[in-house]
Amino acid sequence: MSASDHLIPVVVSNVVEVNPIIKRFEFKHVNGDELPAFSGGAHIVVEMLDDGTKRKNPYSLMSSPFERDQYAISVRRDDTGRGGSKFMHEQVRPGMQMKISAPVNLFALDLRARKHLMIAGGIGITPFIAQMAQADKLGVPFELHYAARSVSQAAYMDSLADRFGDHVSCYCDDQGESVDLETLLSNQPLGTHVYVCGPKGMIERVVQTATSLGWPAAHVHFEHFLAPPVGEPFEVHLAKAGIDITVGAEQSLLEAVEASGTPINCMCRGGACGQCETVVVACDGEIMHNDHWLDEEQRAAKQRIMPCVSRFRGKRLELDL
Amino acid sequence: MTIQFKDESFRGDFTYANSPSNIPRFPFPFPEDEYMYSTNIEPHHAARAGSPFENAFDVDEHYVAEMKDRALVLADDPGRCQALPHMETAGWDFLELVMVSKARDYPDLFKLTMDGDRWHWINKPLQIDDTFTFGDSSTLPCHPMEYIGRQVQGDHAILDQRDGNLWMDAGIITAQADWSLDFDIGMNFFEWHAPVPLAHELGVFQRALKFLLTLPQGQPSRRLNWTLTVNPRLDTSPENYPKWGPDRMTVTPENIGEKVHLRVELQTFWRLPRSNAILFPIRTYLMAMNEVVTQPKWGRRLHRVMRDLRPELVDYKGLSRYHPILVEWLSQFDDGAPTSPGIFPD
Ligand SMILES: Cc1cc2nc3c(=O)[nH]c(=O)nc-3n(C[C@H](O)[C@H](O)[C@H](O)COP(=O)(O)OP(=O)(O)OC[C@H]3O[C@@H](n4cnc5c(N)ncnc54)[C@H](O)[C@@H]3O)c2cc1C
Ligand code: HEM
Ligand code: FES
Repeated sequence: MSASDHLIPVVVSNVVEVNPIIKRFEFKHVNGDELPAFSGGAHIVVEMLDDGTKRKNPYSLMSSPFERDQYAISVRRDDTGRGGSKFMHEQVRPGMQMKISAPVNLFALDLRARKHLMIAGGIGITPFIAQMAQADKLGVPFELHYAARSVSQAAYMDSLADRFGDHVSCYCDDQGESVDLETLLSNQPLGTHVYVCGPKGMIERVVQTATSLGWPAAHVHFEHFLAPPVGEPFEVHLAKAGIDITVGAEQSLLEAVEASGTPINCMCRGGACGQCETVVVACDGEIMHNDHWLDEEQRAAKQRIMPCVSRFRGKRLELDL
Repeated sequence: MTIQFKDESFRGDFTYANSPSNIPRFPFPFPEDEYMYSTNIEPHHAARAGSPFENAFDVDEHYVAEMKDRALVLADDPGRCQALPHMETAGWDFLELVMVSKARDYPDLFKLTMDGDRWHWINKPLQIDDTFTFGDSSTLPCHPMEYIGRQVQGDHAILDQRDGNLWMDAGIITAQADWSLDFDIGMNFFEWHAPVPLAHELGVFQRALKFLLTLPQGQPSRRLNWTLTVNPRLDTSPENYPKWGPDRMTVTPENIGEKVHLRVELQTFWRLPRSNAILFPIRTYLMAMNEVVTQPKWGRRLHRVMRDLRPELVDYKGLSRYHPILVEWLSQFDDGAPTSPGIFPD
């Protein structure tokens, strides 16, 4: 079974232009079913069929975790990227069918916290909108500090201030406003956890300031909106089977071997169990070892590969399959 | 298929036994003729109709009796069910997962009707018919984890995920193979696994943890673990050691076939949606040696596995006392013929 078998078919129920650079997209299940429950900070992976290219970008869920009839994400347009956000902005219309992954949370609230201190920069606001709904419902104190470049780009600033009142403080660069991190982080009650999502520089400043003020690392949480490594297609020769196969951009090496009808062991399909470990007969190029199985020495030796997660770039890869 | 629930005991007179038709569906834990620890995790897909892997939460003929045994343990020792304060959301996630799965997989036994947050749950085998508000613990007689934990076979630990580790912050544990929730509560993945020999050095736990930290919602995994227990006793806890430890002295070549039980844990791993915690059901299956050897492949293989078992494992699993007698007894079922791969009987 491949990861794409787990995708959820959705229909775009609404597209809202929030400001010149940000659009909000709302999704419902194609059958009208409930969507999976999730926790604040979770993201989904949106699959985009862009004129023959399949793109997969992660976007944080901003809708309330307690609402399951629809999901909402907000996408910032990035004209320098590979085109995923541009596709969302230019091609996606209400009524269109798309596929999304189940939610994954790599930026969850620490539920033991006495207080949640949230710091957002720009589009990094999205996970916090869901987290605030969660903290509010659980009755745990929270505070949001939200910075944006300009008033015109400050998505949801007014509505959040209206909804959560004193819990929200806003800062716009073009008004000469900025967060005083030293003061903010020096005056928090014991048991506070701080969360930051925004531009790289902002995350670094928050982490550095918290560390220098003696915050325990376990109380400092952050999420980068990084683009994950996308697979490039590559060719592989299977020595025993005597065939050449092509691994597509959206396919794992394991899936491509299986599709060719060549027997191969597997279990976890996540680089952990070791079952798919395969001997490399010849390698002229670079193996991208994405597994948790091989150690540094084995990786460097290029004599083993874990086809469920790892990939190749170069002239020739020959496997003992 | 209707299941005939057995009236049987896991203590005292030990009337527990498997019906002949229940034997071939036992999750025999050895895919090969030798055994060593490994990161043996695989997707928890529906597999093989009639097998214990067919449904999310397997219900079998021992369901009602096991739930009675759990109630006895909890009445004696409430410390077997504990949840740290931040684990209430996870308790609701667990309750939802079990109710939705059982109502879907066993519609003749369980029924769930949801009207918004107002839920109506019918559990026919246990004669429960309750209405409550999902997410509001004041509408249940107890913590949601305890409520549903008393209605599902197997022990359940719930692990909070934070700081790149898993923390045993809640559980309802009444049928354990010699470990204690009261001792392990609040520990992380490496701390609670500390007593296990050899596996740390093999890197088993490092890899397993990495895998679990990225476990996706809707894609559960499973693994099998095993030990041996004298008499079909579910509650072999350290707290009750004086009650079951001495049983090991009672094994003789004459009674070994009925006394010694292969104890298999079908462990599954589930990402919970609202809490981002991991649910870890440990579903125990017990089968007397006499029942195991009714399947010739299992008899042959069990002999080979036991004969060649590493001494560290014999010791950790607490088998030292009767291991030699067992190997000797099992040898009569091993004609040396090759065995087929996989765990299912021929
Ligand atoms: C967990 C998570 C949550 C996210 N949530 C949101 C969200 O809520 N809203 C949102 O708008 N975005 C979010 N993102 C970011 C989003 O997934 C996309 O990265 C973003 O929309 C840009 O996509 P793209 O395809 O247009 O550009 P991408 O190709 O993904 O490029 C993004 C940026 O990376 C640079 N880049 C691309 N390739 C390379 C390279 N090879 N080397 C160096 N730089 C490169 C580009 O110049 C561009 O600035 C999230 C990301 C993550 C990981
Ligand atoms: C996250 C959920 C898990 C929990 C709560 C859990 C809990 C435990 C506990 C309490 C023990 C007994 C330790 C003792 O002697 O006190 C144990 C043993 C063990 N665990 Fe885990 N475990 C988990 C996941 C895993 C995974 C993923 C593996 C993967 C390989 C694993 C492998 C083992 C092994 C090999 C033993 C020794 C068992 C034996 O020989 O009987 N565990 N575990
Ligand atoms: S299938 Fe488990 S490591 Fe590849």
